[in-house]
Amino acid sequence: MSDLNFYGAGFPYRNIEDLPGKLIVLEGSDGVGRSTQTQLLRHWLEDEGFAVSDTGLRRSEMTQQGLEDAKRGHTLSRITMSLFYATDFADRLENQIIPALQAGFVVLSDRYFYSIMARDIVRGADPEWARKLYGFALKPDLVLYLKADVSDLVTRLIHGRGLNYWEAGMDLRPSDNLYDSFLEYQALLIDMFDHLAMEYGFVTIDAGRPVMDVFDDLQNHIRALLEDQQPIFEQDFQ
Amino acid sequence: MLRKNDTPGKLIIVEGIDGSGKSTQIDLLYKWLQAQGHSVYFSEWNSSGLVKSTTKRAKKRKLFTPTTFSLLQCTDFADRWENQILPLLKAGVIVLADRYAFTAFGRDVARGVDRQWVRNLYSFAMQPDIALYFRVPLDIAITRITSARSNLKYYEAGMDLGLSESRIESFKLFQQRILNEYDNMVDEFGLTVIDGTLTVQAQQRLVREIARQVLEGWHGLPIPEGSPQILLQSEIQ
Repeated sequence: MSDLNFYGAGFPYRNIEDLPGKLIVLEGSDGVGRSTQTQLLRHWLEDEGFAVSDTGLRRSEMTQQGLEDAKRGHTLSRITMSLFYATDFADRLENQIIPALQAGFVVLSDRYFYSIMARDIVRGADPEWARKLYGFALKPDLVLYLKADVSDLVTRLIHGRGLNYWEAGMDLRPSDNLYDSFLEYQALLIDMFDHLAMEYGFVTIDAGRPVMDVFDDLQNHIRALLEDQQPIFEQDFQ
Repeated sequence: MLRKNDTPGKLIIVEGIDGSGKSTQIDLLYKWLQAQGHSVYFSEWNSSGLVKSTTKRAKKRKLFTPTTFSLLQCTDFADRWENQILPLLKAGVIVLADRYAFTAFGRDVARGVDRQWVRNLYSFAMQPDIALYFRVPLDIAITRITSARSNLKYYEAGMDLGLSESRIESFKLFQQRILNEYDNMVDEFGLTVIDGTLTVQAQQRLVREIARQVLEGWHGLPIPEGSPQILLQSEIQ
């Protein structure tokens, strides 16, 4: 595997020769339906006979506790927060995602470093610094960006798990209440995602539609990617 | 080069491999500067409370890779930078640091991360007003370390690199790589080299002379009459 598969220098001390698996990333705002779609995709791909890993979902073993403590105390300053999240991401990439790809899994990653970077830049991080920071990141085979309006997000969240402090960017205090803060903060993030979508070549999917319509679109893109991999058909056993 | 210090404070840092004697020297400098009536703050490498539990856990379970090691230590530095070092420099304090970004540039590169990548990580930090590099030959540093302590820790000895089965042998090879990186940084970052084989007193004389020149005519944050000189971490958090 050459350096071309990383955004920067990658992991120079690590000899990554071959990654037979596929890395598929679902990106998009809070409440856009990423986890629902990840579950649907996982079941579908497993039905097709692919080994699927969604390890990217969980926080890393190394940083989980420390990050939770820091967030609870709201003691993270801007650069410190960027770096702590980058540590968490690097740990997941090196210890979960890359080994799964080496073993030939289809890795469904619910978010990737783009989300972390978007949050950092909205909080004032130097965009150039943030991009170089993630020079170790592997380029995914496919990034599917689920895009919805802020009004769709807010509707889903209020009928779902509710609005929370971090998703409303309350550490930035965009407004004096959770609702207005959510609207302002998420609008900033969507602008940032749109920008990143161009830069990094995301496939943008309109997520303002019914779940199964969105799922159909995602399936089509993934089918095209996995074309050269043989699915298992019932007739194989006849 | 790092960006220039544009604060009213002064930043003085020491670097060198383990056993170079730098901590002894900065401790003496710290006490001397206080005795001169300056407001002085001391910050130590890898001392932020924020990532302490994570570092401890990762070391114990040997979870680190060169990249995560580098990132977590930079997180530690960033926390101290944003909450202690920078605010105090802005206030006009002399901040002393035992190890600085150059430690990461040495150790992390010795572990195999990309030179430019780790330099970008720390690019939010400022070039110190005084950056002292205590240079000692490897065998002297090794003798000092092994006579003072009975065993070397896993990561300290660079055992994660798989250079040797023997801790002492691994430590030597790892430290040699770090020495090479330091030597290249002397010109790149304008480090002032102090001969770490001189007597403690002779080195301290040089250190104070350098500090005296930099601080000549400079007035930092005054110390209110009757207040303790030592700035405690708890006072600024």
